[in-house]
Amino acid sequence: MELLIAIMVGVLVAASVYLMLARNVLRFLFGLILISNAANLVIFASGRLTPQSPPLIPEGADAPVELVANALPQALVLTAIVIGFGLFAFALTLVYRTYQNLGTLNSDEMRLAEPVEAKAEARK
Amino acid sequence: MMNSIILNAATRLVVALLLLFSVFMLLRGHNLPGGGFIGGLIGATGFVLHSIAMGAQATRDTLRYEPQNIAMIGLGIALAAGVFAVFFGDAFFTGQWWFAGADPADPDDKGIPISSVLVFDIGVYLVVFGSLLTLVLALEEEV
Amino acid sequence: MAKSEAEVARVYGGPAGWISVAIPAAIFVWMLQYMGAVAAGQPVLVGIDWVPSMDIRLSVLIDGLSLTFALLISGIGTLVTLYSTKYLGNHPEYPRFVLFLMLFMVGMLGLVLSDNLIALFVFWEITTISSYLLIGFSSDEAKSRRSALQALLVTGTGGLAFLAGIILLGNVAGSFELSEVLGQGDVIRAHPLYPAILILFLAGAFTKSAQFPFHFWLPNAMAAPTPVSAYLHSATMVKGGVYLMARMNPALGGTDAWFWALVIAGGFTTVFASVLAIRQTDIKQVLAYTTLMALGALTLFIGAGTAAAITGMMAFLVVHSLYKAALFLMIGIVDHETGTRDVDTLRGLGRKMPLTFLGGAIAALSMAGIPPLVGFIGKEFLYKAGLDMDRATLWITGTIFAASALMFVAAGISVLRPFTGKLAQTPQTPHEGPWAMWIGPLLLGSLSLGFGLFPDTLEAWFVAPGTWAVYGDYGYAVDLYLFREVNAAFLLSLATFATGAVLYAIHRPLRGWLGRVFEANPIKFDPGWDRVLDGLKALAGWQTRLLQSGVLQRYIFTVFLTLAVGIGATIWAKDAMDFRIDWVGSVEGLQFKHWAVVVFVTAGAILTAITTSRMTAIAALGVVGIGVALIFIIFSAPDVAITQLLVEVLVVVLVAVAMLKLPQLGLARDRKRRPVHAALAGTIGVLVTMVMIGVVQGNIDRRLTDFFEVASWPEAYGRNIVNVILVDFRAIDTFGEIAVVVIAALAAYALLRGTRYDRNGDKPEDRT
Repeated sequence: MELLIAIMVGVLVAASVYLMLARNVLRFLFGLILISNAANLVIFASGRLTPQSPPLIPEGADAPVELVANALPQALVLTAIVIGFGLFAFALTLVYRTYQNLGTLNSDEMRLAEPVEAKAEARK
Repeated sequence: MMNSIILNAATRLVVALLLLFSVFMLLRGHNLPGGGFIGGLIGATGFVLHSIAMGAQATRDTLRYEPQNIAMIGLGIALAAGVFAVFFGDAFFTGQWWFAGADPADPDDKGIPISSVLVFDIGVYLVVFGSLLTLVLALEEEV
Repeated sequence: MAKSEAEVARVYGGPAGWISVAIPAAIFVWMLQYMGAVAAGQPVLVGIDWVPSMDIRLSVLIDGLSLTFALLISGIGTLVTLYSTKYLGNHPEYPRFVLFLMLFMVGMLGLVLSDNLIALFVFWEITTISSYLLIGFSSDEAKSRRSALQALLVTGTGGLAFLAGIILLGNVAGSFELSEVLGQGDVIRAHPLYPAILILFLAGAFTKSAQFPFHFWLPNAMAAPTPVSAYLHSATMVKGGVYLMARMNPALGGTDAWFWALVIAGGFTTVFASVLAIRQTDIKQVLAYTTLMALGALTLFIGAGTAAAITGMMAFLVVHSLYKAALFLMIGIVDHETGTRDVDTLRGLGRKMPLTFLGGAIAALSMAGIPPLVGFIGKEFLYKAGLDMDRATLWITGTIFAASALMFVAAGISVLRPFTGKLAQTPQTPHEGPWAMWIGPLLLGSLSLGFGLFPDTLEAWFVAPGTWAVYGDYGYAVDLYLFREVNAAFLLSLATFATGAVLYAIHRPLRGWLGRVFEANPIKFDPGWDRVLDGLKALAGWQTRLLQSGVLQRYIFTVFLTLAVGIGATIWAKDAMDFRIDWVGSVEGLQFKHWAVVVFVTAGAILTAITTSRMTAIAALGVVGIGVALIFIIFSAPDVAITQLLVEVLVVVLVAVAMLKLPQLGLARDRKRRPVHAALAGTIGVLVTMVMIGVVQGNIDRRLTDFFEVASWPEAYGRNIVNVILVDFRAIDTFGEIAVVVIAALAAYALLRGTRYDRNGDKPEDRT
């Protein structure tokens, strides 16, 4: 199954890179969601996939009695999901605010910080 | 905001249930699936539903406290739970446990466990809860 | 509602003032308890582990040197904060000032007390930053800001060099604990890295203590409020570098390189600064340059390194702190009450401000080195040490002679002229300052007199323990005295007075002549500094234009291209791929649900990438998210799956809300670029797949997982291992992560609620 997941992650990453290369920042945002999903899957699958049982210790035992799923990548992925959501929400508000202020979602038209005129002047 | 009587009526019940459920998930998190992150998300989801049904302002009124303050308080609680260990001579963020009513002779009898770890998880809960609501409510009010 | 500035000062000014006085006073009293042990020659060493894994301890070393500094810092700190309650008490930003001053004091105390070099460096940087804030306190003045930035950049650059030196030294000595490093002087001096360590340490010390050629920031730093100058630039911060050199003397000192570097730089600074001091007309600037002179002299004598020289250095250190702080406070009172600090304007203030005059006069006599004041002892023992040197005798004695004579003149300029003679017209009518202000100079002045009359006390409390600590020999007998016999040093003192008196008599024409000489001098450090900054800015501009095209798409393209090349080249160069993949074995035993999830997620991702409808894109994203959650469920990660599902719901809600106001996607890219983008995206996808196959084919290191599984219940009393890792084993990580969540939320909130810009990007009111 890991190999199948590897190919799937490859497709996810390819799709997100393609989206992030777009000029429309909304597409960039979609790419961001996809790539964080892909990254989470990479971490999760690197800990190996075990369908047996979740990483819980049964009552009365001091340690898991049978083979359980790898807990470490799960812990990492759990926080990564929440942080990824925070990042996404911030990016979304940024895009939203940008659109309100500049009236465009095209990154080529967002030239406030580095105006084209100033650049041309600096080149002289 | 949606003007649906059924949704409005159901929302009150659902929010209460979700909030209860989120606290349940938070408290059982140390031994079963759950914990601060999940609890906070569930609680926030409940209020997001509330805000969709009744409007963001109504949600703010129901919350009583500004969500960003809740998040900051949560962060403070989590930090305090971590620093707490220093007073017992341990390194930062070492869990401190107190087993209320446990039988010391029986290693499996933990009584009612009270710990700085649980306090930390409550902090995580409040942070996730407050942060998400800060985001969602602000965006909803903006649109 | 935010309080208005005046209101803040009124409400918090009083308590802030008194607390700020109480804190240093309490520290001073607390530190006194160590006096007995230290005077008996027994350093005190206490500490707690901070980052044990990196050998960083929060440890405190109290010996003669650090105790002397700590008492000076807290003692003068008390007087300065008391003084500030009146000097700045009505300033609208007074609480801010107090905060910075306390921050600085903490930094300075930590600097002199910490036994760990890393901790010392942290405190060192705290003093740098807080002094930046204090020098730039009048942030509405361009001059203030420039001086603050200059001080920050000069001392900050030196601080970086110092950090590099610390790391090298720690590796050579095998420890970052000063108490251990200091005992390994021979090992360190013999090590091939010794020259590098020495240069880096001296770069830190020279910039901090404003030694030539890094001297130019200190006089500029006088833009700070006077209590700050009195505190930072006389008694404490600038002596941080001196402290460092003195502290490291047992470990780094004693070599030829150390000797000549310190003796030449120190000596040159001494003479250069005392000549410049005479040139000034602003009394505060006169004092600033005499401070430079003192720092030079201290450096010089640490470099000289004999027991006698170290004794002289310790005596002069205490002496200088006492009189210089008093004089700075005095000129602050004069400035406060008359509105000017100009030496040509101020005359005859003595009758109007008798107590200020008294304090200032004692301090000035001490600075001039006149017996029976303690300044005489300081000077006397510098002479004595200089004459006893077996090399560079003439240079050391000569510089001290010149400097002492010029100090005599500077003392006259800063006290004799303004306070005596006929009262002159000043911008404000002069009168005595409040008691909180004149108590400082008076108390420090009386200490100068007291220590002069009872040199044994000075010796027993400060000079002897300090000398032992710096010289590294606890058996050396220090013997301070006011007058014992007519010897060469005494005769030199007499010659100093004579020369000084003559120079004072002609100091006004001398000043004019010096002014012309310095105007003619082509090498100017301060304008040179501006040129260096301009050069740096031009360099930054050049490389920015080179790297920053301003097109977001191109940046992202560059990033991904670099990623692809990096991964691809690594795989190729290391021949990392094993292509004998067991495809059949890997899909064996897979059930329908596995295939279904994979197909769903893959299809969702491709659909998101190619659709032009945003609703389709959102739905496809939802499919991907749910699919990922299903994978988590299938492979036994309930916590993760629940989180993923909940987040997915919230993502959809947020996107749906935002979409109400956002336009359709439209045709996203021009056709020309599309194949290139698709090729790059495909390449990266393939590379990621290859890397992942490589990872899952290799062996997995389960040591951490095994530990968590075994320790989770017995040690952390939790049965959900994932949650135990999150809230217990790795709680500090989780704390960092929730902090990130809060920051993201607050940032987004600020973005939505903050300042609005119109479509041209201009804020309605102003744009800078």
